[in-house]
Amino acid sequence: MRTSSAFGPRRWLIYGLLTVAAVFFLLPFYVMLVTAFKTMPEIYSTGILALPDSLNFSAWIHAWSAATIGAASEGIHGYFLNSFILVIPAVIISTAIGAFNGYILTHWRFRGSNIFFYMLLLGTIIPFQIVLLPMAWVEGRIGIAGTLVPGLMMVHVIYGLAFTTLFFRNYYVGIPHDLIKAARVDGAGFFSIFFRIMLPVSTPIIMVTAIWQFTMIWNNFLFGVVFTQGGQQPVTVAINDLVDTVTSVHMWNVDMAAAIFAALPTLLVYLIAGKYFVRGLTAGAVKG
Amino acid sequence: MPFMNAEFSGRDRWMAKLVLSPTILAATFFIYGFILWTIWLSLTRSTILPSNHFVGLANYYDLFGSSRWWRSLSNLGIFGGLYVVISVGLGLGLAILLDQRVKAERLYQVVFLYPMALSAVVTGVAWRWLLDPGFGIQAIVRSMGFPHFAFAWIDDPDMAIYTVVIAAVWQTTGFMMAIFLAGLRGVSPEIVKAAQIDGASTGRIYLRVILPSLAPTFFVALVLSVGLAIKSFGLIIALTGGGPGYSTNVPSIFMYVFSFQRGEMGVGAASALMMLVIMMIFVLPFLYLDSRRQA
Repeated sequence: MRTSSAFGPRRWLIYGLLTVAAVFFLLPFYVMLVTAFKTMPEIYSTGILALPDSLNFSAWIHAWSAATIGAASEGIHGYFLNSFILVIPAVIISTAIGAFNGYILTHWRFRGSNIFFYMLLLGTIIPFQIVLLPMAWVEGRIGIAGTLVPGLMMVHVIYGLAFTTLFFRNYYVGIPHDLIKAARVDGAGFFSIFFRIMLPVSTPIIMVTAIWQFTMIWNNFLFGVVFTQGGQQPVTVAINDLVDTVTSVHMWNVDMAAAIFAALPTLLVYLIAGKYFVRGLTAGAVKG
Repeated sequence: MPFMNAEFSGRDRWMAKLVLSPTILAATFFIYGFILWTIWLSLTRSTILPSNHFVGLANYYDLFGSSRWWRSLSNLGIFGGLYVVISVGLGLGLAILLDQRVKAERLYQVVFLYPMALSAVVTGVAWRWLLDPGFGIQAIVRSMGFPHFAFAWIDDPDMAIYTVVIAAVWQTTGFMMAIFLAGLRGVSPEIVKAAQIDGASTGRIYLRVILPSLAPTFFVALVLSVGLAIKSFGLIIALTGGGPGYSTNVPSIFMYVFSFQRGEMGVGAASALMMLVIMMIFVLPFLYLDSRRQA
């Protein structure tokens, strides 16, 4: 809403409050970043706010390739790689299935398909604690317990489907059904309509869904800590282990460097494609 | 040829059902089936391994006889209540500020919302560092000439739960802001203009015209933040580890510890079901009202 345009006290107040808020949100990341560039003696002598004397990369290198996590002292690089090995197939599979589901639930409806959609939505609400124990048993039974792929990946695909289906369904419902009808009169079938009519207009929703899934799975901790062990763990679980590992001197600089490594992929995605990220966040929330 | 057409569409309809069926089966088994399975486990004497030995409500007596569970519930109440009110309030405030034709609005949005892209574990680690009495905020303020300043909540069993509030508010206030900003941008300019012509002040316009029309947005923000509060897990694990002692345990941590560390699967299943019940108490009224609004 538009108020006065003169830069009076009112404007100063608005910018003042926004700046205070910006400092509050930026401060933790700033402190992490400068801490990661310092040595521990430097942190003791200059505190956590001061800029580092020099750009010292030793904490980064230690966090990446030498820090002790669990039984091994090889840093987080393996776990970082684990998260990619997990996330890439999980995102592709859950997004692809969600796209077909959304297509069917909007343009190939059948008796009960709407009821099924509402039943599926429960999957976006439940606290996942309610499924952990049976899932652990099932994974044990089929012999994939504790594995990153396919064990943990399968969990993320299954419990991502409600979200991906919701996204595509809400997007495809806006595509005129007459288009599909016309294509069917022309003899196009189920798959050719999907690939020739739906897919070419789906770039925005594929971006939204893939970024949402990437962020959710990369950042997830609960499934990772329950369903993987040792060297199979994703990076979030490794970070927590690293910080919790009791050593003679707590290496805060290494902890911070490791945490920033773990944060980088989702942070980069956010900075590059923020608009899709925000759309995903508000997609279920603010529907048309 | 109509006959051919019907033939084709019949095969395609069959194909549509076939492609959807894995998701139908998965949802039925892995969501609904697993909920029922967890309910069954909560009624059995399952410990480290699941058992089918029926024990009635014994696990629930154990659960509600446990002071740790009561502490987890009261912590969720304190943390959830404060977190929801503060993050929704701050989010609304920031959205209103950004709605005043602010220069560099995009930049502010990016700054307010980036914590949402970080994992809860990273957020917990960052705040654990900032709240550390020896290095963090306490040490900074002391070094600025206030040697007796005390801010060691994270080590204080009575205060540690409030540090969880701080970190959670930091992470998700930008999300609430984004929801409210979308809501504000949807308010019709006509009704605002009408109020302006009537000579209403900006404050009055917000209070009397704009905010009432945002009722559905408030509802969404409340339900989402309540959901985030109930599901909070990694943040608390990384920030306080549920401690000191079990002073920052919440139901999600209780469930994890009893199910996967203490080998009391029956009690863990009972606590998981209670989490679902708590969630439903807050979400079902929303779904009901939402369906009535759309009908």
